[in-house]
Amino acid sequence: MKTATFKIWRGDSQGGDFVDYTTEISEGMVVLDAVLQIQAEQAGDLACRWNCKAGKCGSCSAEINGMPKLMCMTRLNTLPLEEPVTVEPMKAFPPIKDLITDVSWNYEIKKRIKKFKPRPPDAPDGTWRMMQEDIDRVQEFRKCIECFLCQDVCHVLRDHHLHEKFIGPRFLVYAAALEMHPLDTENRVVELREDYNIGYCNITKCCTTVCPENITITDNAIIPLKERVVDEFYDPIKKFLRLFRSRPSAKK
Amino acid sequence: MASASISLKRRSFGETKRKGAWWVYPLVVFLGLSAFVVYSTWAAFQAEHYRFGPYLSPFYSPELFGSSESFFGPKPAWIPGWLPFSPALLILWAPAGFRLTCYYYRGAYYKAFWADPPACAVGEPRRGYWGERKFPLILQNVHRYFLYLALVFLIFLAHDVWEALWFTNPAMGETSFGIGVGTIVLAANVFFLGGYTLGCHSLRHLVGGGCDQLSKFPVRQKAYNCVGCLNNKHMVWAWCSLFVVGFSDLYVRLCSMGIWSDWRIF
Repeated sequence: MKTATFKIWRGDSQGGDFVDYTTEISEGMVVLDAVLQIQAEQAGDLACRWNCKAGKCGSCSAEINGMPKLMCMTRLNTLPLEEPVTVEPMKAFPPIKDLITDVSWNYEIKKRIKKFKPRPPDAPDGTWRMMQEDIDRVQEFRKCIECFLCQDVCHVLRDHHLHEKFIGPRFLVYAAALEMHPLDTENRVVELREDYNIGYCNITKCCTTVCPENITITDNAIIPLKERVVDEFYDPIKKFLRLFRSRPSAKK
Repeated sequence: MASASISLKRRSFGETKRKGAWWVYPLVVFLGLSAFVVYSTWAAFQAEHYRFGPYLSPFYSPELFGSSESFFGPKPAWIPGWLPFSPALLILWAPAGFRLTCYYYRGAYYKAFWADPPACAVGEPRRGYWGERKFPLILQNVHRYFLYLALVFLIFLAHDVWEALWFTNPAMGETSFGIGVGTIVLAANVFFLGGYTLGCHSLRHLVGGGCDQLSKFPVRQKAYNCVGCLNNKHMVWAWCSLFVVGFSDLYVRLCSMGIWSDWRIF
């Protein structure tokens, strides 16, 4: 039977190194299958987070041959198996053990985003009416499975470690889903500039490249938010026109 | 924005476990943009061979001052003699600014010229990082104003295509309708520049992206969908239009120098 070698990072928050494992592979296998097989046959203490094995839970995020990917969605026949396949934990978050990282920072950030604030109900029964074409845009963002691969590949977090200042692409998508929602009345533009620091994003589109749900993060979420920040802070004509409005920063 | 501090290892420049030629894309961008900048700068300073028959090079359009066919006549006296003068230098800053501040090009040249990052998941050379929050990159926010200028330029370039349909017989002095290869080149230039300019992210925002209930404004919704359609391939439009605008200048230049002959189709 055919075999392949996997260089898997073993270690914890104190440090670690790659360990080689050679295992049998068969048609249709994904990287997670191989890792679980190694765990079952050779390394019972190999720590690996996984759940659905269908690309929907976002648990098995890792770096495969240097690129952030879901292990369960990376088929072995897409990898060059004549050389060892490297599997390591995400780089933008602190390692806990082996392939598992501490992603709790993300949950803290999410709490800081201004919550959904709908307009008063449209009907006496307390319900709202929306047009499908108005909700199309934000439905793309609802596909996010919070695998945090976009956070991992974002160089602002990964290389510059600006976790204390920048919320990262995942939460810019989350903010866009709220900000562009047709029922929402909250205004997050000031926070986007001053608290979430959207200006750190330099539009390299790596987040879009790695998104397993194919969300067009940069073009459809981040750039539109940047444009809203420009409306509010950097466009003198818009500023002038706002002088004649009753509500200076009213959402449309 | 305070949050839990995170302790991570810093990677060195170029450090990555990526396999394959990840460096090809930034290298191609570097070479492509460098070649265009070098050629367009050289061409802008030439101040000659930018007209041939009814054709006007897009680098020199609109020609405000310069030849007898310019809008406002020859070089004005208030421009100091020691300053290099070319009709292109008076206008090229506008389309150059549009491309320089374009969302697609920004991401591309930050990678290719500044290695920030060199490629996705590849280590960077510098520790410090300001992004587009501070001077000078905060000036990228002026993009929509360059967009307004680019839209005006499109009108002039479309007018140049119209002019390129009318050929004057040097012997008789008569003007007649015709189409030459140059006409097609200039029309292709407007087509690709139109696809690039009308697919601009800022334009998409201005026509409807800033509105959360577009269904209430059917015209804006239609415009948003059209711009969005072009925006989906913004990178392709950006590169095609860059190549074609450079080639249009080269075509007119080489015809004017007598190196190429313009083939008249009818």
